Amino acid sequence: MASSALAAGCRQDMHDTPRYEVFEANKNYPDGRASRNLPTGTVARGQLRDDDHFYTGKVDGFFAAEFPFALNAADMQRGQERYTAYCTPCHGQTGDGKGMVVQRGLRQAATYHQDRLRTAAPGYFYDVISNGFGAMQGYAEQIPPRDRWLIAGYVRALQLSQNATVDDVPAADRGRLDAAPAAAAMAAAEPAKKAEH
Amino acid sequence: MSQIFSKSANAWSKASIFAVLGLLATIGGAVGVLQRSDFVTSANQFKDQPVQFSHQHHVGGIGIDCRYCHTSVEVSSTAGIPPTKTCINCHSQIWSTSPYLEPVRSSFRDDKPLKWLRVHDTPDFVYFNHSIHVKKGMGCETCHGRVDKMPLMRQQNSLQMEWCLNCHRNPAQFVRPRSEVFTMGYVPAVDQRELGPQLVAEYKIQSLTNCSVCHR
Repeated sequence: MASSALAAGCRQDMHDTPRYEVFEANKNYPDGRASRNLPTGTVARGQLRDDDHFYTGKVDGFFAAEFPFALNAADMQRGQERYTAYCTPCHGQTGDGKGMVVQRGLRQAATYHQDRLRTAAPGYFYDVISNGFGAMQGYAEQIPPRDRWLIAGYVRALQLSQNATVDDVPAADRGRLDAAPAAAAMAAAEPAKKAEH
Repeated sequence: MSQIFSKSANAWSKASIFAVLGLLATIGGAVGVLQRSDFVTSANQFKDQPVQFSHQHHVGGIGIDCRYCHTSVEVSSTAGIPPTKTCINCHSQIWSTSPYLEPVRSSFRDDKPLKWLRVHDTPDFVYFNHSIHVKKGMGCETCHGRVDKMPLMRQQNSLQMEWCLNCHRNPAQFVRPRSEVFTMGYVPAVDQRELGPQLVAEYKIQSLTNCSVCHR
């Protein structure tokens, strides 16, 4: 008894100081949130969204046909990672629109492998990611603008992948296509490992 | 008048020295055990949340990435509790009439945040930053456990200082490749005793044990 009172008594006041932590409740505001949104009409330093192409995906009111910046290999990798985190639940790993959430009852998501989307401008994908389309909600709160462009880039890559022929693979890498998937992965990992040692 | 102490008192007095030592050791041990117990650390306890959200279903069953909801984990000190809108992304259509999810819908309708109860709460005098841990190859699982197997969220570890220091003194025992940070049930491809030091060098992980690293 005494020791439990001791152990419990040692805590508290400094554990919970009178300041507002992230997401803590604050009853001074009607909605009870301590973490406040920016007041309407204010712009934080360095956050002015003056680049229409980058922030809206549109140029002169039309969906941008170009990416606002050049994508390199690292960007594509990040695009894949972001796509996997945010898009695969509905659109699936290959972009066929048969992700797990669709299998559990969400309305069929669009497949990227249809002519309408194969010919759509990158700015269109950016716009749909930002604002949603049909049953899809916008992802502006979840994915920052640059990552949305990277995802659009990866979607392009997925579209190419489903329409690719052997001729599109560099001659040096073609041998790996015939290897079993596990063996191919091993082969890909092997040079990297050697380089480490 | 007879003697106050009988002859056997000699033996008793000697024994009592050991008895007192034994008692002190027992009390010390009990305090040591108790202050590490779930009772004190609030580990492995469930909270009555506004909606009994199941990580097992969403992470384990559907395979949703941690970052889908905890969007700020890579860039901020806090991992981020998703706004109700994130739930609505799917639940505008799935289980959209379930009475179980009415708190979620009414939260979205009325723009009133759900009042989730915090499960992992470090003391206010601890500075903790998620983003640096994620960047240095600390898996979510290392601290939070197999979230994909938790129907209700619970604190897997004590979050006590000795637990933090266990890793800060020797990060090599837990570090994993950055690509596996968000993986649940990660198993190192090679022996951790080999991989750990390699990654520590590659990611330039320091063993930070200075008080002011966490107590700023």
